[in-house]
Amino acid sequence: MAKISMIVNGSPASGNVDPRTLLVQFLRENLKLTGTHVGCDTSQCGACVVHVDGKAVKSCTTLAVMADGHTVTTIEGLAADGAPLHPMQEAFRENHGLQCGFCTPGMIMTAIDLVHRKGHDLSDHLIREELEGNLCRCTGYQNIVASIAAGAKAMSNSDLA
Amino acid sequence: MYEFKYHRPATVRQAANLLVKNEDAKLIAGGHTLVPVMKQRLAAPPHIVDLSHIEGLDGIEMKGRSLVIGATAKHADVANSPIVGEALPALAELAALIGDPAVRHKGTIGGSLANNDPTADYPAAVLALGAMIVTNKRKLRAEEFFQGLFTTALEPDEIITKVLFPLAKKAAYVKFRNQASRYALVGVFVAKRPSDVRVTVTGAGGEGVFRVTAFEEALKKRFSPKALDGLTVPAEGLNSDLHGSAEYRAHLIGVLARRAVEAATNRA
Repeated sequence: MAKISMIVNGSPASGNVDPRTLLVQFLRENLKLTGTHVGCDTSQCGACVVHVDGKAVKSCTTLAVMADGHTVTTIEGLAADGAPLHPMQEAFRENHGLQCGFCTPGMIMTAIDLVHRKGHDLSDHLIREELEGNLCRCTGYQNIVASIAAGAKAMSNSDLA
Repeated sequence: MYEFKYHRPATVRQAANLLVKNEDAKLIAGGHTLVPVMKQRLAAPPHIVDLSHIEGLDGIEMKGRSLVIGATAKHADVANSPIVGEALPALAELAALIGDPAVRHKGTIGGSLANNDPTADYPAAVLALGAMIVTNKRKLRAEEFFQGLFTTALEPDEIITKVLFPLAKKAAYVKFRNQASRYALVGVFVAKRPSDVRVTVTGAGGEGVFRVTAFEEALKKRFSPKALDGLTVPAEGLNSDLHGSAEYRAHLIGVLARRAVEAATNRA
């Protein structure tokens, strides 16, 4: 077993885990943060995307022990319970950017990382290129792209950005 | 995934000692190849040695006339580095084509080279540019480093520490991606170096990355897509699978080589 500790959504979290525990398992099963999903489990679909030290990574392909000492943000960390949604979440709601919602946490974490890297004025083409690692099997990309473009703009006027 | 013992060395020397002490130990850096194959139980190393917390192993800098990239530099670091963009823009562009944004935040140049996947992108650049692979023990020329499918000259306790890229006069990489996996169905790197021209191919070779010497000689005389008129690559020995026949891949090599020469020429 390995003792690990990290900052998750602003609070210290620790555990004693089998080294083969994936970061996504640690988040979901130990910390009960079930907003991060396991879709394909082969690092292709992006449902498991979280931020580690502020960068989007696939938590199904990251060992929890490798995240020891680092800072993790999950979809739950974007807005407190009962508080207004993060502008990117709100944009997905406004633009009907989801159907079943399974891919949505990963889409939103990827989208926020994209805004951090490429700014607030994102072309549809760029958004589609950048969504290469996130799959939606409701095939609803049109509204996801619209949501991300709107969310990116909204983030420029938000403290949460 | 089978059980393993996890080690986190602070230095390359400690990591090498762990490899000596623990037979069949595997190094991990980004983990984006090793973790998936461990999940599939295609690999079951009893020991994992994590290089990702070794300080100073991911630097990117110019040293003399060489671009030096540390082994644990991530694909995103290389893609976005102003130093790489200035010195070898073709290399930055290649890194930006690997995987997807989240994968590029984890995958490393050293990991890609040590794995030597026949569809990986970096081997094409390393061989075309005539890069030197530096390990904890020695320096290896690209030609001696790559030794076939998933096979390199690395010894069991040898660790890549950095890669030295000599600068090219002109270079470009053009990749034809598998539509599903986004790996290179064929990728061609063309480099006009001070003394010669190199054309390398990934994704197509049955033994991994290789050079197309017939193209190189023609391009040495005249660095233009027209120099390749009438030249083809034999399909013999190329990969043939459900994604494309050997003949199709041979055809793509010609097409992509011409595009790469054009892209290298048009770069300001």
